Amino acid sequence: MNQQKINSALVGIYLVVFFIFLLGPLLVMAVSAFNTPNYPQVWPIEGVTLDWFRELLHDQEMLEGLRTSVIIGISVSILSVAMGLAGALVMTQLFGTSRAYYYFLVVAPVLIPGIVLGIATVVFWRDFTGLLGLRSLLYNGTVLTILAQSSFVSSYCMLIILARLQRFDMSQEEAALDLGASYPQVFRDVLLPYLRPAILSSMMLGFLTSFENYNATTFAILADKTLTTVLASRVRMGSSPTISALATVIVVLTIIAALMFEWVKRREQTRQWKLQKDAQASDQLETA
Amino acid sequence: MNNLPITFIVTALMLALFFFLIRYDRLRATTGHIGFFKRNGGMVGTYLIVGVGFWMLMTFLMPMVFMVDLSFHHKLPPSKVGGPEDVYTLDNYRMFLFGSKTSMDSLNWLHLRSFFMTIGISILLTLLTFAISYPLAYYMAQAARMQVLRLLLLLLIIPYWVNDILRAFAFRIVMAENGFLNTLLQGLGLTGGPIDFLGQNIALYVALCYSHLLIMIFPLYNAIEAQDHNQIEAARDLGAPWWHIHLFVVMPHAKPGIASGMTLTFMLTAGAVATPMVLGGPNSLWFTPIVYDRFYQLFDWPQGAAYAIVLLIACMTFVFGVLKISGLKLGEITK
Repeated sequence: MNQQKINSALVGIYLVVFFIFLLGPLLVMAVSAFNTPNYPQVWPIEGVTLDWFRELLHDQEMLEGLRTSVIIGISVSILSVAMGLAGALVMTQLFGTSRAYYYFLVVAPVLIPGIVLGIATVVFWRDFTGLLGLRSLLYNGTVLTILAQSSFVSSYCMLIILARLQRFDMSQEEAALDLGASYPQVFRDVLLPYLRPAILSSMMLGFLTSFENYNATTFAILADKTLTTVLASRVRMGSSPTISALATVIVVLTIIAALMFEWVKRREQTRQWKLQKDAQASDQLETA
Repeated sequence: MNNLPITFIVTALMLALFFFLIRYDRLRATTGHIGFFKRNGGMVGTYLIVGVGFWMLMTFLMPMVFMVDLSFHHKLPPSKVGGPEDVYTLDNYRMFLFGSKTSMDSLNWLHLRSFFMTIGISILLTLLTFAISYPLAYYMAQAARMQVLRLLLLLLIIPYWVNDILRAFAFRIVMAENGFLNTLLQGLGLTGGPIDFLGQNIALYVALCYSHLLIMIFPLYNAIEAQDHNQIEAARDLGAPWWHIHLFVVMPHAKPGIASGMTLTFMLTAGAVATPMVLGGPNSLWFTPIVYDRFYQLFDWPQGAAYAIVLLIACMTFVFGVLKISGLKLGEITK
């Protein structure tokens, strides 16, 4: 019994230390955003102010960065879900060696450092757009960043969609075909509704990943600016409470987005669980 | 535009290999097959081909092949690209190894040291991250009650989505010379003067570990959670000591999760750009800033490409090393 008490005390201490380490720095940063000294300072608190947040609102560069980030985020999430969905569907139609080869290629972007993908995108598209004669149209930071991020965000989307696709009951598709549905109809009316939760959550994941990405973006963005690259150049210039204020805003927004993401996922899980229970119940009825 | 044809040819060869493999699989298959367009219908079939084709060719394969090709070229002004001076060369890799394009007398210790330090420290940090994450992942997966688990998961999600630069910035506030931690330590009387966490790179290592804790925890948690708790109980009833249970019961079962967490953590640590930029001390020698400088300080893209490939090779070696040691397949660690 005593041993058990010691054990649970140890677990308790571990948890507390772990979460202080995890959340402490963010908390410290948030506090420094409300403190008056113009160097981010936590202690002593010399006065509570909202000036740093007000300053943020008039910062044109950051607002522009925010706009670009949102544009890129939305494009990446749409593009990546479209490509990741196609990737997952093709995967289910391949077997044997071609499947292994294909799998290696579509998963590789996840295992490659972001800076390598960013560099590859920039060097290839500089010449490729030149060849197409579209350099003025396509060779800009926003387009390149969308392309560079899509290559690995699509892999994430594909893995999420594939996980759900593997639980798909193929007999549903066959039943629809037997009942006279055409292939496009099956895709639209059977497969897509089934995949909807996975598509939704991979879309949100895509946006969040794109929004917070820096490694690939810093190479691909060229002369444009996203919120993260503006932030990076500010941080490099020196610490200021404005950055703390921005960080606090971003952290709060992130938390809201993350909670929404969790909420969507959890709702889907409960629904799934309920369906399963219903199915089990009806199975039991049948056998009874 | 000289380098593009080679890129197209190599990519076409990879594509041809793919179709050859499909053909090969079909010949070996015992059951009959339905044609791709018959199976999917015209519209959906076209969508699948365009979707996968654009993704793989335009955003991944062709850029990668082009980058490899570029790394074997000299830096030339646009007018001379494709001219008689545009020949294949190993100079960019020679630069990495010897610090000079002509002499091979002395090694390029500055870059080599940085490279091996980055890889070595990344491996150590990966192991450390694993050591810190494992107890929590195990606790959440096998011991925690439902409400506690929900709360812990929520607390973990929050810092997961905060971006790298902000994490690094938070650590700079905490660990600066006149920062929070030093004030705290001196206030408690634990240290006499401020400790230079930034200059000693301690802040950098701590932040790198911090940033990837969650990358490690989630795969671990998923893998450990899938294990039947009765197996652990059985081992305990049979008298196995606790470390025996973890080493021979839990960890073998969680192997795919461990491998997956380690691979991602290593890749992200070695490839981190923001953290070393914000927190690196004056003698910090992370490899990624060196790659960055090739590009946007020297504007020597071929050389930058060569350096990026060196980093890529290191990461791929690690991935395949982990696969080899653990005896897993790629598909098992990328779930």
